[in-house]
Amino acid sequence: MTINEIHEKLKAELGEAVGPLSDPKADPFCVVKADRIVDACRFLRATPGLELDFCEDLTAVDWPKRNVIEVVYHLYSYRHRHGIVLKVETDRTSPSVPSVEGVWKAANWMEREVYDLFGVAFPGHPDLRRVLLPDDWEGHPLRKDYQEGEGYHGVPNVRENPLVELRRLDQIRIAEQAKANPPAPAPAAPAAPAAPTAKA
Amino acid sequence: MEKLILRRVDRRNEEMILNFGPQHPSTHGVINFIVETDGEVLRRAIPDVGYLHRSIEKIGEMVGYPGFMPYTDRVDYLAAMFANEGYAIAVERLLKLQVPKRAQYLRAIACELNRIASHLVSIGSMAMDIGAVTPFPYALREREYINDLIEALCGARLTYNYLRIGGVAYDLPQGWRDRCLTFLDHFDSLLQEWDRLISFNEIYERRLGGVAVISREQAIDYGLVGPNLRASGVDWDLRRDAPYGAYADFKFDVPVGKGWAGVVGDCYDRYYVRVLEMFASAKIVRQALEKLPEGEIQVKVPKKPKPEAGETMGRVESARGELAYYVVSDGTDRAHRVRARTGSFLAMGIIEDISPGLMVADLVALIASLDVVAPEIDR
Amino acid sequence: MPVNYAPLPKRTPRWLVGLTWAIAVGLPVSLLVVLLVLLPITKPAMIDGFILHQLGHDPAVWPWRDLLAAAALVLIGAVVFGWGAVFGGVSTWLERKIAGRMQSRIGPNRAGAGGYLVWMADALKMLLKEDLVPAEADDLLFRAAPYFGLVGFLLTFVTLPFGEGIIVADLGVGAFFVTAITALVVVGILVAGWSSNSKWALFGGFRSAAQVISYEIPAGISLMVPVLMAGTLSMQGIIRAQGGAPWNWFVFRNPAAFVAFFIFFTSQLAEANRTPFDLPEAESELVAGYHSEYSGFRFGLFFLVEYGSLWVMSALAITLFFGGWQIPGFHADQWVAVRGTSPFPPPAWWGMQAASMAVFAAKTYTLVLVVLWIRWTLPRIRIDQMMNLCWKYLVPGAFACFLFTLLWQLLVSAVPRVELASGIALSLVALVLVALFLKQTRDNIYSVAGDRIDLSNW
Repeated sequence: MTINEIHEKLKAELGEAVGPLSDPKADPFCVVKADRIVDACRFLRATPGLELDFCEDLTAVDWPKRNVIEVVYHLYSYRHRHGIVLKVETDRTSPSVPSVEGVWKAANWMEREVYDLFGVAFPGHPDLRRVLLPDDWEGHPLRKDYQEGEGYHGVPNVRENPLVELRRLDQIRIAEQAKANPPAPAPAAPAAPAAPTAKA
Repeated sequence: MEKLILRRVDRRNEEMILNFGPQHPSTHGVINFIVETDGEVLRRAIPDVGYLHRSIEKIGEMVGYPGFMPYTDRVDYLAAMFANEGYAIAVERLLKLQVPKRAQYLRAIACELNRIASHLVSIGSMAMDIGAVTPFPYALREREYINDLIEALCGARLTYNYLRIGGVAYDLPQGWRDRCLTFLDHFDSLLQEWDRLISFNEIYERRLGGVAVISREQAIDYGLVGPNLRASGVDWDLRRDAPYGAYADFKFDVPVGKGWAGVVGDCYDRYYVRVLEMFASAKIVRQALEKLPEGEIQVKVPKKPKPEAGETMGRVESARGELAYYVVSDGTDRAHRVRARTGSFLAMGIIEDISPGLMVADLVALIASLDVVAPEIDR
Repeated sequence: MPVNYAPLPKRTPRWLVGLTWAIAVGLPVSLLVVLLVLLPITKPAMIDGFILHQLGHDPAVWPWRDLLAAAALVLIGAVVFGWGAVFGGVSTWLERKIAGRMQSRIGPNRAGAGGYLVWMADALKMLLKEDLVPAEADDLLFRAAPYFGLVGFLLTFVTLPFGEGIIVADLGVGAFFVTAITALVVVGILVAGWSSNSKWALFGGFRSAAQVISYEIPAGISLMVPVLMAGTLSMQGIIRAQGGAPWNWFVFRNPAAFVAFFIFFTSQLAEANRTPFDLPEAESELVAGYHSEYSGFRFGLFFLVEYGSLWVMSALAITLFFGGWQIPGFHADQWVAVRGTSPFPPPAWWGMQAASMAVFAAKTYTLVLVVLWIRWTLPRIRIDQMMNLCWKYLVPGAFACFLFTLLWQLLVSAVPRVELASGIALSLVALVLVALFLKQTRDNIYSVAGDRIDLSNW
């Protein structure tokens, strides 16, 4: 079945909640309303003839200009060798998409990753906590407006360029050497100014 | 700070809560498991990952399309060619480039050699985790020849950065083809030796047979890919069923789990599928070397490619399963989003649900048989 | 592509080669020679004779007699400890070299000429390491734990028969003593695992305790089979009941003993925590199990006990089943004839003692090599499979062998020929098995390339 046909079937089932298939010049996708995504996924998985049982990817893309975070679902079927890409647009300020973990277990960890890196809440997920970052990390790094904090538990996130540090130590060493071995006092005054300039 | 993960753990007095990792000789990379055990039997093993998170996906939004290629090596350093290839395919589709035939064949040769090398590490370290230390140096001995070959090809032994957007970076050196054939002739006899040494060893079969069975439905539901999926009985291989690159020109077998030592989908199946895959890959390399066409090795690509706004998915059948790169472009010379969906990440998801009832030794066998590598999980 | 090879290393200097040979071979051999000389002459009868004839005192009333006997015992103890430690050390080198060769790599080849002194380098390194006691560990128990194991290991040397007259003390209950004293090692392991205050160490400790205690039973029962056949628990007595030729060894004289040997050997492997039974120290699961928290000299002691037990385990198996120090072709009455009646034994006797010691050492060493070989070939058995093996297969098997031997001994006392017939038949069977094994090995080697590859175009 081609992606158009799958899209037709989905639209027939869910009507208004399913948007049109996008421009085919890139990989086509269709946008589904957030509150019907679980029904859409269940329909796609359970309907004989569709049977999209492989949740290939579940990720998010942040579009600050349009003020949405898109949660992207790539679905595939091994038996029928067809697939579709669904997208759910959710508001950037408080993103929330119902969890499809009940439809595919693969979504469990992938939704945790989206929560971790984008901050999207998935109501209905049995165990939504951060997966890649530590539990007490602040912020959601893959957002476009993410600002790094000052460090983490006292570990700074900047350090000086080691070459700068080495050069500073070198200059200290040269200064100390100069102090320890002062240039021999010249017998005639005019010679004295010449010595420091030769050294510098 | 109490880790949130510990709130899921049942704290009664008779059970031990242990950290299995992150520094541990047999978790493959830096992974931690919070293990709740009742004596020797596990109640649960909860994976706790993220020790190797390097925010590669964020970097992908900063360095531009060609500049991201070395970072893809680090997504899976044992099978770096595949990681390169997935990204290259995705970007080429966005730029609507046609990769020359010779480049596709060279990609296939490099990737299949890399598959053999990655599987050698995988089965060798699996045998070592089960206690038989001897097969590991045997596997590494063979892998040294592959490392030499690939070093001659692209200069690196581990993170190759060999593929480029539009083709490959270097052509075959003089005499490389004969050397590769020498290696392949030598390699073909390894299966017999390996099977006699460890695969058909009674203790090994008892340790792995029937352990941590993952059924067909579970494998598909949890999103397992690659040899893990095939070992559970699902006959799916991207190279054969959705061919990309030069794979349509090759004839090769795809081993599927048969329950050689017990049940279909147990640890032994996942192990033996990898053993057989290595030898199928060797056949592919032979065919590719025979049929290698002449021609260009890279299509002309602008220095700062600016694809049209759009998105695509570039999939390859990596040594660890289907590695998919989801690349979103917004028309500028920097990607808007690069996402690497790896097989090992989803394999971690299944460990927690399979682990109740296993013994600690079986947990080791399970992790080894799923062939997870930490960089793929954490990126 | 052209390859620039590094310049070839210079040849090892002659003095280093000589020194290495002197230490690597000389040290164990000289310790054995010292044992050979010391043990017969420090017997109480000989000491009394020495006091009477050389010093001119009456041993019964001389006040320093006990002191002299005690000093002799201390000296023997030191030499035996030395032998145990040196063999433990040498076997670490041997194991690493053999492991390397089996894995198509070289193994240690730097310390000393050809790496022969690497065990001394390791021992020195261990002595010089920082002495760490974890802060939360139970101090006294943590420090005491290795010594339990050490004592349990060293005391077994008391009844090991190195030669015909070369045994520290030929206890009347020798075999029983050995079984009992090796149980002390379990205490050491448990105490080490518990006092480390680390969950992984505890895991290793209780796994190992379960393993060793379980396998003592089949070991003990299968040990009774040669005891029944010899009619005595004394080690020398068991050996004297056997003969030098293979068909006179216990292992072939009785079909049940043939089976009992394998049960005994497997159980000893498990008691010594050797692969395939090395779960307690499975590196890939528990890092190092019960001795994870130990470093430096304390770890060295655990290490020593493990590798020295190779010798003890093999020596026991040799004594009980393979005829010990019996020299082929040499009969029991010839020993008496050689000894003569003089108070100090004649040189011929010493020569025969040295020969018996050489036979014992050679047989034990062969079995040690087999143990090392098994370690690097087989994977590890899981703990429940190991318990299954012990309780469901080895214990009933050992009992069956024991019962069979009871009946066999009755049969033999009625018809003595049966024993000889069994001896010859089973030795022939063993010979055939060995020949088949060698043939299979040869086929294995020639059918695959192994590390032979033609790199001329590389």
